[in-house]
Amino acid sequence: MEANIAIPTDGKNTWSGGGVRPFGASYGKMMMWFFIVSDALTFSGFLAAYGLTRFKFIDSWPIADEVFTHVPFIHGNYPMYYVAFMTFILIFSSVTMVMAVDAGHKMQKSKVAWYMFATIIGGLIFVGSQAWEWNTFINGSYGGVKTTNGKVLQFVKDGKQIALSDFVVGTRMDERVTHSKKNGLWFVSGEEVPKYSLAQITASYKADPSVQIRIEKIDMDKKKKYILSREKGLAELANGQRVVEGANLSANEYGNTIFANFFFFITGFHGFHVFSGIVLNIIIFFNVVLGTYEKKGHYEMVEKVGLYWHFVDLVWVFVFTFFYLV
Amino acid sequence: MAHAHGSNVKRIWMVFGLLSVVTIIEVYLGIVKPEILHLTSFLGTSPLNWIFIILTLFKAYYITWTFMHMEGEKKWFRRAAIWTAVFLVCYLVTLFLIEGGYLHSTLAPLVKW
Repeated sequence: MEANIAIPTDGKNTWSGGGVRPFGASYGKMMMWFFIVSDALTFSGFLAAYGLTRFKFIDSWPIADEVFTHVPFIHGNYPMYYVAFMTFILIFSSVTMVMAVDAGHKMQKSKVAWYMFATIIGGLIFVGSQAWEWNTFINGSYGGVKTTNGKVLQFVKDGKQIALSDFVVGTRMDERVTHSKKNGLWFVSGEEVPKYSLAQITASYKADPSVQIRIEKIDMDKKKKYILSREKGLAELANGQRVVEGANLSANEYGNTIFANFFFFITGFHGFHVFSGIVLNIIIFFNVVLGTYEKKGHYEMVEKVGLYWHFVDLVWVFVFTFFYLV
Repeated sequence: MAHAHGSNVKRIWMVFGLLSVVTIIEVYLGIVKPEILHLTSFLGTSPLNWIFIILTLFKAYYITWTFMHMEGEKKWFRRAAIWTAVFLVCYLVTLFLIEGGYLHSTLAPLVKW
């Protein structure tokens, strides 16, 4: 082994590079940067795959500001506001993080601790918001019908999307109920039966002449989804296979199945990064409070964790653009 | 640490203001979607999308250069990370998007609406 390396590195300091500082950066900082580069490539892979799929279905992809329209505690249609808030929170927690690093350079222990604490709070608010966003996305807000050829039909009134509960009346007409332990001699688990049946929806559609059907296909000149005439809509509805409410990995009310899959995968992977960032921040926070870095003589560990935290913010900037804006 | 130990507090707040303003502009454009930017096409996509992409890269630059302190690192350390990532990302994205366009041109005519 010794013959193959120019400078022997064994000894106590091997883990930290033994004081060797290529490019004037410490071993730890350099490795954090190289980790970030490789992680950035992973995220680019996801976003590029998203781009490929979106280009593949360019004329039928769900329109983001028709999907993400909710703000907690407020009713109504507010596209984008909540994600904008999340972006803002993450940028702000990046600021408090960089303030912690700055205070670290000046060896101000309590300031570092307080800024780390603020960063952790920011991260928690972000993850909480994302959980809420997932919950809204999974539960859905309008509901739709999936046809035998895999297309999703949505319902509109005066050009605005309406929920199934806004126009469907009457009874299910097919007596189906969700299997649960209390009904049936032998409990067989099964799919949850949606609130309305297909026959019931079709009957209500026929009964209410103001309801129209919107298909996934986009009018590329207006960048809006096509709305069918009443007769055409009824013909499409005749191909209906199942009622979809909300989203899961096999169907969603927003349109293409793979749209929801990418949503879960990309924001989930990012959310997991935020989560691990919070865990790292908490560990470092306690080290700061216990005076570990004060004894060590420098706060470089705060800087290294900070790099990771900023990277998470950086990724979100791109996810925000390509998922919600473009 | 290779960089100066002077305080950057003022600059950090300035960058924060800049990033916030850019985000607000993005969200504003995303909600309003001015027709002249949204419904026209320029170099393969709408000018609005180009604005979003440019503003995103602008934000990414500021996050990397000030928050992640790349401006204070040695030139070749910076290049080792940034050039590698930028080159590979451009390569990947170009190929994937071309393939996506090809898939659309081949498969879309087969879809019956």
